[in-house]
Amino acid sequence: MRKIFERIGTGALRGIDVLGSTGLFLLESVAHCFVPPYRPRRIVEQIHFVGVKSLFVIVLTASFTGMVLAIQGFHTLRKFGSEGLLGSVVALSLIRELGPVLTALMVIGRAGSAMTAEIGILRISGVIMALDAMAIEPRKFLVSPRLVGSVVAVPLLTAIFIVVGILGGWLVGVGLLGVNVGDYFGRMEQSVEFADIAGGLWKSFAFAILIGWVCTWKGYNTQRGAQGVGRATTSAVVVSSVLVLVGDYILTSVLL
Amino acid sequence: MSAILPASAPVGLQSLRDPDDPPVIRLVGVETALLGRQVLDGVTLDIPARRITVIIGLSGAGKSVILRHMIGLTRPDRGQVFMDGVDINLLSKKGLYALRDRFGVMFQTGALFESMTVFDNVAFPLREKTELGEGEIREKVNRLLALVGLPDTGGKYPDELSGGMVRRVALARAMVMDPEIIFFDEPTTGLDPIIRNSILKLLCDTWREHAFTMVMVSHDIPEIFNWCHHLVVVRAGKIAAAGPTASVLASEDPFVQQLLKGDIAGPVRLL
Repeated sequence: MRKIFERIGTGALRGIDVLGSTGLFLLESVAHCFVPPYRPRRIVEQIHFVGVKSLFVIVLTASFTGMVLAIQGFHTLRKFGSEGLLGSVVALSLIRELGPVLTALMVIGRAGSAMTAEIGILRISGVIMALDAMAIEPRKFLVSPRLVGSVVAVPLLTAIFIVVGILGGWLVGVGLLGVNVGDYFGRMEQSVEFADIAGGLWKSFAFAILIGWVCTWKGYNTQRGAQGVGRATTSAVVVSSVLVLVGDYILTSVLL
Repeated sequence: MSAILPASAPVGLQSLRDPDDPPVIRLVGVETALLGRQVLDGVTLDIPARRITVIIGLSGAGKSVILRHMIGLTRPDRGQVFMDGVDINLLSKKGLYALRDRFGVMFQTGALFESMTVFDNVAFPLREKTELGEGEIREKVNRLLALVGLPDTGGKYPDELSGGMVRRVALARAMVMDPEIIFFDEPTTGLDPIIRNSILKLLCDTWREHAFTMVMVSHDIPEIFNWCHHLVVVRAGKIAAAGPTASVLASEDPFVQQLLKGDIAGPVRLL
Protein backbone atom coordinates (compact mmCIF):
# COMPACT_ATOMS: atom_id res chain seq x y z
CA MET A 1 0.00 0.00 0.00
CA ARG A 2 2.81 2.35 0.96
CA LYS A 3 4.58 1.65 -2.33
CA ILE A 4 1.48 2.63 -4.29
CA PHE A 5 1.35 6.00 -2.51
CA GLU A 6 5.09 6.42 -3.03
CA ARG A 7 4.68 5.85 -6.77
CA ILE A 8 1.74 8.24 -6.97
CA GLY A 9 3.72 10.84 -5.02
CA THR A 10 6.83 10.40 -7.16
CA GLY A 11 4.78 10.66 -10.35
CA ALA A 12 3.00 13.76 -9.09
CA LEU A 13 6.28 15.41 -8.08
CA ARG A 14 7.82 14.59 -11.47
CA GLY A 15 4.75 16.03 -13.19
CA ILE A 16 4.97 19.24 -11.17
CA ASP A 17 8.69 19.44 -11.90
CA VAL A 18 8.12 19.10 -15.66
CA LEU A 19 5.28 21.64 -15.59
CA GLY A 20 7.43 24.08 -13.64
CA SER A 21 10.51 23.71 -15.82
CA THR A 22 8.55 23.90 -19.10
CA GLY A 23 6.63 26.92 -17.80
CA LEU A 24 9.83 28.69 -16.82
CA PHE A 25 11.39 27.76 -20.16
CA LEU A 26 8.50 29.44 -22.00
CA LEU A 27 8.40 32.51 -19.76
CA GLU A 28 12.15 33.09 -20.00
CA SER A 29 12.16 32.51 -23.76
CA VAL A 30 9.30 35.00 -24.21
CA ALA A 31 11.09 37.49 -21.93
CA HIS A 32 14.24 37.16 -24.06
CA CYS A 33 12.22 38.33 -27.10
CA PHE A 34 11.98 41.78 -25.52
CA VAL A 35 15.63 42.13 -24.52
CA PRO A 36 18.30 43.33 -26.98
CA PRO A 37 20.00 42.20 -29.15
CA TYR A 38 16.82 41.46 -31.14
CA ARG A 39 18.46 39.58 -34.02
CA PRO A 40 15.81 40.52 -36.64
CA ARG A 41 17.59 38.48 -39.29
CA ARG A 42 17.21 35.28 -37.30
CA ILE A 43 13.52 36.06 -36.74
CA VAL A 44 12.98 36.62 -40.47
CA GLU A 45 14.80 33.34 -41.18
CA GLN A 46 12.42 31.54 -38.84
CA ILE A 47 9.33 33.19 -40.31
CA HIS A 48 10.59 32.05 -43.72
CA PHE A 49 11.30 28.55 -42.43
CA VAL A 50 7.96 28.07 -40.63
CA GLY A 51 5.84 30.13 -43.00
CA VAL A 52 7.09 30.24 -46.57
CA LYS A 53 8.50 26.73 -46.57
CA SER A 54 5.24 25.30 -45.19
CA LEU A 55 3.17 27.07 -47.82
CA PHE A 56 3.07 24.25 -50.34
CA VAL A 57 1.89 21.61 -47.88
CA ILE A 58 -0.65 24.04 -46.41
CA VAL A 59 -2.11 24.90 -49.82
CA LEU A 60 -2.24 21.23 -50.79
CA THR A 61 -3.91 20.15 -47.54
CA ALA A 62 -6.29 23.08 -47.53
CA SER A 63 -7.52 22.53 -51.06
CA PHE A 64 -8.27 18.83 -50.51
CA THR A 65 -9.86 19.54 -47.11
CA GLY A 66 -12.15 22.11 -48.73
CA MET A 67 -13.01 19.68 -51.54
CA VAL A 68 -13.82 16.82 -49.17
CA LEU A 69 -15.88 19.15 -46.99
CA ALA A 70 -17.84 20.22 -50.06
CA ILE A 71 -18.60 16.62 -51.11
CA GLN A 72 -19.58 15.51 -47.60
CA GLY A 73 -21.48 18.69 -46.87
CA PHE A 74 -23.34 18.57 -50.19
CA HIS A 75 -24.58 14.99 -49.70
CA THR A 76 -25.65 15.66 -46.10
CA LEU A 77 -27.37 18.96 -46.89
CA ARG A 78 -29.18 17.47 -49.90
CA LYS A 79 -31.08 15.16 -47.53
CA PHE A 80 -32.65 18.29 -46.05
CA GLY A 81 -32.92 20.18 -49.33
CA SER A 82 -30.40 22.77 -48.10
CA GLU A 83 -27.60 22.48 -50.66
CA GLY A 84 -27.51 26.27 -50.79
CA LEU A 85 -25.97 26.32 -47.32
CA LEU A 86 -22.86 24.53 -48.56
CA GLY A 87 -20.76 27.70 -48.56
CA SER A 88 -21.66 28.41 -44.92
CA VAL A 89 -20.85 24.86 -43.86
CA VAL A 90 -17.48 24.85 -45.61
CA ALA A 91 -16.50 28.31 -44.41
CA LEU A 92 -17.58 27.90 -40.79
CA SER A 93 -15.94 24.48 -40.51
CA LEU A 94 -12.69 25.86 -41.87
CA ILE A 95 -12.68 29.14 -39.97
CA ARG A 96 -13.69 27.80 -36.57
CA GLU A 97 -12.00 24.39 -36.48
CA LEU A 98 -10.29 22.81 -39.40
CA GLY A 99 -8.22 25.77 -40.50
CA PRO A 100 -6.44 26.40 -37.18
CA VAL A 101 -6.19 22.71 -36.20
CA LEU A 102 -5.01 21.28 -39.53
CA THR A 103 -2.58 24.16 -40.09
CA ALA A 104 -1.10 23.55 -36.64
CA LEU A 105 -0.79 19.80 -37.31
CA MET A 106 0.88 20.42 -40.68
CA VAL A 107 3.31 22.94 -39.17
CA ILE A 108 4.14 20.48 -36.38
CA GLY A 109 4.91 17.78 -38.95
CA ARG A 110 6.98 19.97 -41.22
CA ALA A 111 8.56 22.71 -39.13
CA GLY A 112 8.08 21.67 -35.49
CA SER A 113 9.83 18.34 -35.93
CA ALA A 114 12.71 20.10 -37.71
CA MET A 115 12.99 22.63 -34.87
CA THR A 116 13.30 19.82 -32.34
CA ALA A 117 15.81 17.89 -34.42
CA GLU A 118 17.94 20.95 -35.15
CA ILE A 119 18.10 22.14 -31.54
CA GLY A 120 18.56 18.54 -30.37
CA ILE A 121 21.59 18.07 -32.63
CA LEU A 122 23.04 21.34 -31.36
CA ARG A 123 22.54 20.05 -27.82
CA ILE A 124 24.22 16.67 -28.35
CA SER A 125 27.09 18.15 -30.37
CA GLY A 126 27.91 20.53 -27.52
CA VAL A 127 27.04 23.73 -29.44
CA ILE A 128 24.48 24.83 -26.85
CA MET A 129 27.08 24.49 -24.11
CA ALA A 130 29.57 26.34 -26.33
CA LEU A 131 27.07 29.19 -26.83
CA ASP A 132 26.64 29.44 -23.06
CA ALA A 133 30.42 29.41 -22.61
CA MET A 134 30.69 32.21 -25.20
CA ALA A 135 28.28 34.25 -23.05
CA ILE A 136 25.56 33.99 -25.69
CA GLU A 137 22.27 33.04 -24.01
CA PRO A 138 21.28 29.84 -25.89
CA ARG A 139 17.54 30.25 -25.37
CA LYS A 140 17.63 33.80 -26.65
CA PHE A 141 19.65 32.71 -29.66
CA LEU A 142 17.85 29.45 -30.50
CA VAL A 143 14.39 29.47 -28.91
CA SER A 144 13.11 33.05 -28.96
CA PRO A 145 13.43 33.56 -32.76
CA ARG A 146 11.61 30.27 -33.33
CA LEU A 147 8.81 31.30 -30.98
CA VAL A 148 8.41 34.64 -32.77
CA GLY A 149 8.63 32.89 -36.15
CA SER A 150 5.82 30.52 -35.17
CA VAL A 151 3.63 33.25 -33.71
CA VAL A 152 3.92 35.32 -36.89
CA ALA A 153 3.74 32.52 -39.45
CA VAL A 154 1.10 30.14 -38.07
CA PRO A 155 -1.83 32.64 -38.02
CA LEU A 156 -0.90 33.75 -41.55
CA LEU A 157 -0.76 30.13 -42.71
CA THR A 158 -4.12 29.55 -41.05
CA ALA A 159 -5.64 32.45 -42.97
CA ILE A 160 -4.21 31.04 -46.20
CA PHE A 161 -5.52 27.57 -45.31
CA ILE A 162 -9.03 28.93 -44.80
CA VAL A 163 -9.05 30.90 -48.06
CA VAL A 164 -7.65 28.02 -50.10
CA GLY A 165 -10.06 25.58 -48.40
CA ILE A 166 -13.03 27.77 -49.29
CA LEU A 167 -11.80 27.90 -52.90
CA GLY A 168 -11.39 24.10 -52.90
CA GLY A 169 -14.97 23.79 -51.64
CA TRP A 170 -16.10 26.19 -54.36
CA LEU A 171 -14.32 24.16 -57.04
CA VAL A 172 -16.11 20.95 -56.07
CA GLY A 173 -19.41 22.40 -54.79
CA VAL A 174 -19.98 24.87 -57.60
CA GLY A 175 -17.86 23.40 -60.38
CA LEU A 176 -18.68 19.70 -60.00
CA LEU A 177 -21.81 19.36 -57.86
CA GLY A 178 -23.75 22.27 -59.35
CA VAL A 179 -24.35 24.47 -56.32
CA ASN A 180 -25.20 28.03 -57.31
CA VAL A 181 -22.16 30.28 -57.01
CA GLY A 182 -24.26 33.11 -55.56
CA ASP A 183 -25.64 30.79 -52.90
CA TYR A 184 -22.18 29.48 -52.10
CA PHE A 185 -20.62 32.86 -51.40
CA GLY A 186 -23.78 34.76 -50.42
CA ARG A 187 -24.78 32.38 -47.62
CA MET A 188 -21.18 32.35 -46.48
CA GLU A 189 -21.21 36.13 -46.12
CA GLN A 190 -24.49 35.98 -44.17
CA SER A 191 -23.44 33.27 -41.72
CA VAL A 192 -19.80 34.05 -41.00
CA GLU A 193 -19.40 36.64 -38.24
CA PHE A 194 -16.35 38.49 -37.06
CA ALA A 195 -16.39 36.44 -33.83
CA ASP A 196 -15.88 33.28 -35.90
CA ILE A 197 -12.82 34.72 -37.61
CA ALA A 198 -11.45 36.16 -34.37
CA GLY A 199 -11.98 32.81 -32.62
CA GLY A 200 -10.10 30.98 -35.37
CA LEU A 201 -7.22 33.43 -35.23
CA TRP A 202 -7.04 33.23 -31.43
CA LYS A 203 -6.79 29.48 -31.76
CA SER A 204 -4.04 29.68 -34.36
CA PHE A 205 -2.15 32.15 -32.16
CA ALA A 206 -2.43 29.79 -29.18
CA PHE A 207 -1.36 26.80 -31.29
CA ALA A 208 1.63 28.76 -32.60
CA ILE A 209 2.89 29.34 -29.06
CA LEU A 210 2.21 25.71 -28.21
CA ILE A 211 4.17 24.43 -31.22
CA GLY A 212 7.13 26.73 -30.62
CA TRP A 213 7.12 25.93 -26.92
CA VAL A 214 6.87 22.13 -27.05
CA CYS A 215 9.14 21.60 -30.07
CA THR A 216 11.95 23.85 -28.84
CA TRP A 217 11.72 22.52 -25.29
CA LYS A 218 11.97 18.93 -26.48
CA GLY A 219 14.97 19.78 -28.63
CA TYR A 220 16.64 21.85 -25.93
CA ASN A 221 16.44 18.98 -23.44
CA THR A 222 17.60 16.25 -25.82
CA GLN A 223 19.91 13.67 -24.28
CA ARG A 224 21.75 10.52 -25.28
CA GLY A 225 23.00 11.00 -28.80
CA ALA A 226 21.38 10.42 -32.16
CA GLN A 227 18.79 8.07 -30.69
CA GLY A 228 17.87 10.80 -28.24
CA VAL A 229 17.31 13.25 -31.12
CA GLY A 230 14.96 10.73 -32.75
CA ARG A 231 13.09 10.19 -29.50
CA ALA A 232 12.82 13.92 -28.82
CA THR A 233 11.51 14.59 -32.34
CA THR A 234 8.87 11.86 -32.14
CA SER A 235 7.87 12.99 -28.67
CA ALA A 236 7.64 16.64 -29.80
CA VAL A 237 5.32 15.73 -32.69
CA VAL A 238 3.10 13.48 -30.57
CA VAL A 239 2.89 15.78 -27.55
CA SER A 240 2.29 18.97 -29.52
CA SER A 241 -0.29 17.30 -31.78
CA VAL A 242 -2.22 15.94 -28.79
CA LEU A 243 -1.97 19.30 -27.01
CA VAL A 244 -3.30 21.07 -30.11
CA LEU A 245 -6.37 18.81 -30.13
CA VAL A 246 -6.91 19.12 -26.37
CA GLY A 247 -6.31 22.87 -26.58
CA ASP A 248 -8.79 23.09 -29.44
CA TYR A 249 -11.49 21.52 -27.29
CA ILE A 250 -10.76 23.84 -24.37
CA LEU A 251 -10.62 26.96 -26.54
CA THR A 252 -13.80 25.98 -28.39
CA SER A 253 -15.57 25.55 -25.04
CA VAL A 254 -14.35 28.96 -23.88
CA LEU A 255 -14.92 30.84 -27.14
CA LEU A 256 -18.40 29.53 -27.96
CA MET B 1 56.58 36.94 -23.58
CA SER B 2 59.36 35.59 -25.76
CA ALA B 3 61.75 36.76 -23.06
CA ILE B 4 60.09 34.40 -20.60
CA LEU B 5 60.23 31.37 -22.81
CA PRO B 6 63.08 30.19 -25.00
CA ALA B 7 61.75 30.27 -28.54
CA SER B 8 63.65 27.18 -29.65
CA ALA B 9 61.70 24.35 -28.06
CA PRO B 10 58.75 23.71 -25.83
CA VAL B 11 60.79 21.61 -23.41
CA GLY B 12 61.67 23.70 -20.41
CA LEU B 13 58.32 25.47 -20.07
CA GLN B 14 58.06 24.01 -16.59
CA SER B 15 61.36 25.47 -15.51
CA LEU B 16 59.97 29.01 -15.65
CA ARG B 17 59.84 30.92 -12.45
CA ASP B 18 56.24 31.36 -11.40
CA PRO B 19 54.87 34.88 -11.52
CA ASP B 20 54.29 36.58 -8.20
CA ASP B 21 50.73 37.51 -9.19
CA PRO B 22 47.91 35.90 -7.25
CA PRO B 23 46.29 32.95 -9.06
CA VAL B 24 43.74 34.00 -11.66
CA ILE B 25 41.42 31.09 -10.81
CA ARG B 26 41.05 29.50 -7.40
CA LEU B 27 38.83 26.57 -6.44
CA VAL B 28 38.28 26.15 -2.70
CA GLY B 29 36.74 22.98 -1.25
CA VAL B 30 34.59 22.34 -4.31
CA GLU B 31 32.22 19.40 -3.91
CA THR B 32 29.81 18.35 -6.63
CA ALA B 33 27.58 15.34 -7.11
CA LEU B 34 26.08 14.54 -10.51
CA LEU B 35 23.31 11.94 -10.92
CA GLY B 36 23.88 10.80 -7.34
CA ARG B 37 27.64 10.27 -7.81
CA GLN B 38 30.23 12.38 -5.99
CA VAL B 39 32.25 13.75 -8.93
CA LEU B 40 34.32 16.36 -7.09
CA ASP B 41 35.20 15.83 -3.47
CA GLY B 42 36.83 18.84 -1.87
CA VAL B 43 38.85 20.19 -4.79
CA THR B 44 41.14 23.05 -3.83
CA LEU B 45 43.27 24.33 -6.67
CA ASP B 46 45.06 27.45 -7.93
CA ILE B 47 45.49 28.27 -11.61
CA PRO B 48 48.41 30.66 -12.16
CA ALA B 49 48.00 33.61 -14.49
CA ARG B 50 49.73 33.67 -17.90
CA ARG B 51 50.78 30.03 -17.72
CA ILE B 52 49.72 26.80 -19.42
CA THR B 53 48.13 24.51 -16.82
CA VAL B 54 47.21 20.96 -17.77
CA ILE B 55 44.78 18.78 -15.84
CA ILE B 56 45.34 15.02 -16.17
CA GLY B 57 43.77 11.97 -14.59
CA LEU B 58 41.90 8.78 -15.31
CA SER B 59 38.72 8.88 -17.36
CA GLY B 60 35.80 9.88 -15.16
CA ALA B 61 38.08 11.38 -12.50
CA GLY B 62 36.37 14.78 -12.78
CA LYS B 63 38.81 16.74 -15.00
CA SER B 64 36.20 18.15 -17.38
CA VAL B 65 33.88 18.87 -14.46
CA ILE B 66 36.63 20.98 -12.87
CA LEU B 67 36.95 22.86 -16.15
CA ARG B 68 33.19 23.44 -16.31
CA HIS B 69 33.26 24.81 -12.76
CA MET B 70 35.94 27.30 -13.79
CA ILE B 71 33.79 28.50 -16.69
CA GLY B 72 30.69 28.61 -14.48
CA LEU B 73 28.83 26.04 -16.57
CA THR B 74 28.40 23.83 -13.50
CA ARG B 75 27.77 25.12 -9.99
CA PRO B 76 29.26 23.28 -7.02
CA ASP B 77 27.13 21.83 -4.25
CA ARG B 78 29.69 23.17 -1.77
CA GLY B 79 32.82 25.29 -2.02
CA GLN B 80 33.76 28.34 -4.06
CA VAL B 81 35.24 29.13 -7.44
CA PHE B 82 37.05 32.46 -7.53
CA MET B 83 38.04 34.35 -10.65
CA ASP B 84 40.35 37.24 -9.80
CA GLY B 85 39.06 37.03 -6.24
CA VAL B 86 35.36 37.10 -7.22
CA ASP B 87 33.21 34.10 -6.32
CA ILE B 88 31.66 33.36 -9.70
CA ASN B 89 28.79 31.41 -8.17
CA LEU B 90 27.54 34.55 -6.46
CA LEU B 91 27.39 36.43 -9.77
CA SER B 92 24.12 37.12 -11.56
CA LYS B 93 23.75 35.67 -15.04
CA LYS B 94 24.66 39.06 -16.47
CA GLY B 95 27.76 39.20 -14.28
CA LEU B 96 28.73 35.66 -15.21
CA TYR B 97 28.34 36.46 -18.92
CA ALA B 98 30.46 39.58 -18.48
CA LEU B 99 33.11 37.35 -16.92
CA ARG B 100 32.84 34.81 -19.73
CA ASP B 101 33.55 37.57 -22.21
CA ARG B 102 37.12 37.25 -20.92
CA PHE B 103 37.21 33.52 -21.79
CA GLY B 104 37.74 31.47 -24.88
CA VAL B 105 36.64 27.86 -24.72
CA MET B 106 37.62 25.05 -27.05
CA PHE B 107 35.56 21.92 -26.60
CA GLN B 108 36.64 18.35 -27.29
CA THR B 109 34.48 17.96 -30.39
CA GLY B 110 35.01 21.52 -31.59
CA ALA B 111 31.29 22.31 -31.06
CA LEU B 112 31.13 24.13 -34.38
CA PHE B 113 27.90 24.99 -36.19
CA GLU B 114 27.70 22.36 -38.95
CA SER B 115 25.42 24.61 -40.99
CA MET B 116 27.95 27.47 -41.05
CA THR B 117 31.16 27.75 -43.02
CA VAL B 118 34.51 27.76 -41.24
CA PHE B 119 34.70 31.53 -41.74
CA ASP B 120 31.24 32.09 -40.27
CA ASN B 121 32.00 29.82 -37.33
CA VAL B 122 35.09 31.81 -36.42
CA ALA B 123 33.33 35.12 -37.09
CA PHE B 124 30.30 34.08 -35.06
CA PRO B 125 31.35 35.57 -31.65
CA LEU B 126 32.45 38.81 -33.35
CA ARG B 127 29.11 39.20 -35.15
CA GLU B 128 27.12 38.34 -32.03
CA LYS B 129 29.06 40.30 -29.45
CA THR B 130 30.81 43.21 -31.15
CA GLU B 131 29.94 46.13 -33.39
CA LEU B 132 32.80 45.42 -35.80
CA GLY B 133 32.12 45.94 -39.49
CA GLU B 134 32.35 43.06 -41.98
CA GLY B 135 35.71 44.34 -43.27
CA GLU B 136 37.29 44.25 -39.81
CA ILE B 137 35.73 40.86 -39.09
CA ARG B 138 37.07 39.49 -42.39
CA GLU B 139 40.55 40.76 -41.65
CA LYS B 140 40.60 39.34 -38.13
CA VAL B 141 39.11 35.95 -39.05
CA ASN B 142 41.46 35.49 -42.00
CA ARG B 143 44.43 36.38 -39.80
CA LEU B 144 43.39 33.81 -37.21
CA LEU B 145 42.72 31.12 -39.81
CA ALA B 146 46.20 31.74 -41.17
CA LEU B 147 47.59 31.55 -37.63
CA VAL B 148 46.08 28.09 -37.10
CA GLY B 149 47.35 26.98 -40.50
CA LEU B 150 44.03 26.99 -42.35
CA PRO B 151 44.26 30.05 -44.59
CA ASP B 152 42.19 28.65 -47.46
CA THR B 153 39.41 26.84 -45.65
CA GLY B 154 37.09 29.76 -44.84
CA GLY B 155 34.51 28.67 -47.39
CA LYS B 156 34.41 25.04 -46.31
CA TYR B 157 31.93 23.45 -43.93
CA PRO B 158 33.04 21.58 -40.78
CA ASP B 159 32.01 18.20 -42.21
CA GLU B 160 34.47 18.74 -45.07
CA LEU B 161 37.39 18.99 -42.63
CA SER B 162 39.48 16.39 -40.80
CA GLY B 163 39.30 16.07 -37.01
CA GLY B 164 42.54 18.00 -36.57
CA MET B 165 41.34 20.82 -38.81
CA VAL B 166 38.07 21.07 -36.88
CA ARG B 167 40.04 21.46 -33.63
CA ARG B 168 42.14 24.20 -35.22
CA VAL B 169 39.02 26.04 -36.37
CA ALA B 170 37.68 25.70 -32.82
CA LEU B 171 40.97 27.14 -31.54
CA ALA B 172 40.64 30.09 -33.91
CA ARG B 173 37.08 30.69 -32.66
CA ALA B 174 38.25 30.44 -29.04
CA MET B 175 40.87 33.15 -29.72
CA VAL B 176 38.81 35.48 -31.87
CA MET B 177 37.57 37.66 -29.00
CA ASP B 178 41.12 38.17 -27.67
CA PRO B 179 40.40 36.36 -24.41
CA GLU B 180 42.52 36.56 -21.29
CA ILE B 181 41.96 32.90 -20.45
CA ILE B 182 41.44 29.97 -22.81
CA PHE B 183 40.05 26.64 -21.64
CA PHE B 184 40.65 23.46 -23.65
CA ASP B 185 38.71 20.27 -23.03
CA GLU B 186 40.83 17.47 -24.49
CA PRO B 187 41.87 19.41 -27.60
CA THR B 188 43.88 16.54 -29.09
CA THR B 189 42.02 13.41 -28.03
CA GLY B 190 41.61 10.92 -30.85
CA LEU B 191 44.10 12.59 -33.19
CA ASP B 192 47.19 10.96 -34.68
CA PRO B 193 50.55 11.85 -33.06
CA ILE B 194 51.67 14.27 -35.78
CA ILE B 195 48.45 16.28 -35.75
CA ARG B 196 48.35 16.08 -31.96
CA ASN B 197 51.86 17.51 -31.61
CA SER B 198 51.11 20.11 -34.29
CA ILE B 199 48.14 21.33 -32.30
CA LEU B 200 50.10 21.32 -29.03
CA LYS B 201 52.88 23.29 -30.72
CA LEU B 202 50.29 25.68 -32.10
CA LEU B 203 48.91 26.21 -28.58
CA CYS B 204 52.41 26.81 -27.30
CA ASP B 205 53.21 29.25 -30.12
CA THR B 206 49.93 31.03 -29.45
CA TRP B 207 50.88 31.29 -25.80
CA ARG B 208 54.27 32.71 -26.75
CA GLU B 209 52.58 35.40 -28.81
CA HIS B 210 49.70 36.34 -26.55
CA ALA B 211 50.58 34.95 -23.08
CA PHE B 212 47.00 33.85 -22.43
CA THR B 213 46.28 31.90 -19.29
CA MET B 214 45.58 28.44 -20.67
CA VAL B 215 43.88 25.61 -18.83
CA MET B 216 43.76 22.30 -20.62
CA VAL B 217 42.31 18.88 -19.86
CA SER B 218 44.44 16.26 -21.56
CA HIS B 219 45.15 12.55 -21.84
CA ASP B 220 48.33 13.05 -23.84
CA ILE B 221 50.76 11.52 -21.37
CA PRO B 222 53.74 11.89 -21.51
CA GLU B 223 53.86 14.30 -24.52
CA ILE B 224 51.87 16.95 -22.72
CA PHE B 225 54.61 17.39 -20.09
CA ASN B 226 56.69 19.13 -22.72
CA TRP B 227 54.01 21.72 -23.35
CA CYS B 228 52.86 22.90 -19.95
CA HIS B 229 54.14 24.95 -17.03
CA HIS B 230 51.84 23.50 -14.44
CA LEU B 231 50.33 20.10 -13.96
CA VAL B 232 47.29 19.05 -11.95
CA VAL B 233 46.62 15.37 -11.31
CA VAL B 234 43.05 14.44 -10.45
CA ARG B 235 42.06 11.17 -8.84
CA ALA B 236 38.42 10.27 -8.09
CA GLY B 237 37.33 13.88 -7.69
CA LYS B 238 40.30 14.90 -5.57
CA ILE B 239 43.56 16.63 -6.39
CA ALA B 240 46.33 14.05 -6.13
CA ALA B 241 49.10 16.49 -7.07
CA ALA B 242 49.39 20.03 -8.40
CA GLY B 243 52.22 22.42 -9.10
CA PRO B 244 54.99 23.19 -11.58
CA THR B 245 55.35 20.30 -14.02
CA ALA B 246 58.83 19.31 -12.82
CA SER B 247 57.73 19.03 -9.20
CA VAL B 248 54.65 16.95 -10.09
CA LEU B 249 56.75 14.66 -12.27
CA ALA B 250 59.04 14.16 -9.25
CA SER B 251 56.09 13.32 -6.97
CA GLU B 252 56.48 10.12 -4.98
CA ASP B 253 52.72 9.58 -4.79
CA PRO B 254 52.21 6.01 -6.09
CA PHE B 255 49.06 6.95 -8.04
CA VAL B 256 50.77 9.90 -9.71
CA GLN B 257 53.71 7.73 -10.71
CA GLN B 258 51.38 4.99 -12.00
CA LEU B 259 49.47 7.52 -14.11
CA LEU B 260 52.61 9.19 -15.43
CA LYS B 261 54.15 5.87 -16.43
CA GLY B 262 50.91 4.21 -17.48
CA ASP B 263 51.69 1.19 -15.31
CA ILE B 264 49.16 -1.59 -15.00
CA ALA B 265 50.45 -2.36 -11.52
CA GLY B 266 49.86 0.23 -8.84
CA PRO B 267 47.18 1.58 -6.57
CA VAL B 268 44.67 1.62 -9.46
CA ARG B 269 43.78 -1.85 -10.71
CA LEU B 270 41.20 -1.92 -13.46
CA LEU B 271 41.39 -5.67 -14.21
